[in-house]
Amino acid sequence: MKIDKNTINKIARLSRIKLDDKESEDYIKDLNSILDWVEQLNEVNTENVEPLSNISSSILPKREDVSNDTNSSEEILENAPDKLEGFFAVPKVVE
Amino acid sequence: MNNLIKGEKHDWEMVIGLEIHAQVKSNSKLFSSSSTKFGSSPNSQVSLVDAAMPGMLPVINKYCVEQAVKTGVGLNAKINNYSVFDRKNYFYADLPQGYQISQYKYPIVGEGKVTIDFKDGTSKDIRIVRLHLEQDAGKSLHDQNPSKTYVDLNRSGVALMEIVSEPDIRTPDEAGMYISKIRSILMYLDTCDGNMQEGSLRADVNISVRKPGDEYGTRCEIKNLNSIKFIKQAINYEAKRQIEILESGGSIEQNTMLFNTSTGKTRPMRNKEEAHDYRYFPDPDLLPLEISKEEIGKIKSSIPELPDELKNKFTETYKLSNYDASVLTAEKQTSDYFNETINSDPELKNYAKIVVNWITSELFSLLNKNNQDLNNSPVSPENLGQLIKLISTNEISGKIAKDVLEDMFSSGKTARQIVDEKGLQQVTDQGEIAKVIDEVIAENPKMVEQYLAGKDKLLGFFVGQAMKLTKGKANPKMLNDILKQKLNKKN
Repeated sequence: MKIDKNTINKIARLSRIKLDDKESEDYIKDLNSILDWVEQLNEVNTENVEPLSNISSSILPKREDVSNDTNSSEEILENAPDKLEGFFAVPKVVE
Repeated sequence: MNNLIKGEKHDWEMVIGLEIHAQVKSNSKLFSSSSTKFGSSPNSQVSLVDAAMPGMLPVINKYCVEQAVKTGVGLNAKINNYSVFDRKNYFYADLPQGYQISQYKYPIVGEGKVTIDFKDGTSKDIRIVRLHLEQDAGKSLHDQNPSKTYVDLNRSGVALMEIVSEPDIRTPDEAGMYISKIRSILMYLDTCDGNMQEGSLRADVNISVRKPGDEYGTRCEIKNLNSIKFIKQAINYEAKRQIEILESGGSIEQNTMLFNTSTGKTRPMRNKEEAHDYRYFPDPDLLPLEISKEEIGKIKSSIPELPDELKNKFTETYKLSNYDASVLTAEKQTSDYFNETINSDPELKNYAKIVVNWITSELFSLLNKNNQDLNNSPVSPENLGQLIKLISTNEISGKIAKDVLEDMFSSGKTARQIVDEKGLQQVTDQGEIAKVIDEVIAENPKMVEQYLAGKDKLLGFFVGQAMKLTKGKANPKMLNDILKQKLNKKN
């Protein structure tokens, strides 16, 4: 797999990052060298091996269904650039 | 049954599949301890996890997992011992994480099925593909301000069960029956409150059309419908739209649609360039979810009687029709009420059909008229049982019983009290009824003549007059019999 200009633009758009031409070139180079490195793994035969999603052997910790009753509104909105009557206010999203 | 719709050129068949989103009825969210209460002030139930503050880690709610397993059992589905949480990436203002934690390749529940029952006594199985656990998103308000969208994250992170059906549904009615059945099962299990108005239960509808026997056509998905009425409307509109395109030589573009509830129309939600690329991958913050056979067994043994089991019990024990039994079991409160009524007197089990009718037509219409619910019915099951007992023993007529029920409903008195106080006991004394009939015959010689000349319809007139004289209390069957006897003797 090779990263080209189109791919890098798509990744940038999905990540909401703006790249200029110079940056795009740099990232294409960086990402390709990472991919080349990872590609060495293809030399290993992984037939009949289930993909490993986690290296920890512990089990998923679970919590009881208890809710806390704190009102988070003030704390949660503290960093919001814009808010109104307890709501976050964001540039209009129209679908 | 003909499920086809007429086009200009030929008949078309709809192919429909549903993705139902059911909020788990839990105290706290799927991965945080924030409350799930509906209708609280905006952003008051948002933890740092829900707001996706850096460094926060999700910890799964054990109860939500159990409810998903429970629901899977209720859907006759395979429970998976091993499932994985994935990140579904997309960018939206009410999704602070930038991804939804969901399950993709390894869902917690696999294939199952539910049965829907038609009025004509037949039924149909709708296959379930899977059920998986995922996070709900926040809520956006678009119409409050011309340049802003307001966001409330209270719902963000609430546990959802997404139930995906195979495209086995063929009509809007079947779609409605299917979601009603799912809702009913969820409410019996008590895993979701089933409140569609508050959005605890909503559905995405996938629909395509084809000529009968053809391969599936290209489908469109209508997002986020929160009432059965809207689901049916949206399907009807969308099917018509697709047929018109196909019949005029066009082709269907696979698209995500929104349904406008005020115009009754669907429109595309986003254009193709922005087609979603979710980039699913296993969430590195969460280990795979493993459930032991013992845990599944324990949950299975905690499951209450479900609508289908109850339905079979009702058809067998009380000889009710499949349809009557399915109406009775659709809502838990109805089947509970029926059970309590019929068990309030040992004799009543012989009058099961009458009990059904009194609950589903008379009592329901009174409740509707007064905007009340069976749960807080002013008429208790015992009192309704008593009323039906009075009918079955011929103490009062069915007609008078309707008035008695209304009185019970408004006064809270028992049937016995009302019947005694008002002296409504049916007149079953032969002599007394005969006397009244003699009176009626004597007073209406012309009518008698006409009747005897062949105008049979006049019998109703005599019955009416006699009933009037007895204030409706004469036993109708006896009245009819004696009346016919006496009139025919005149011949």
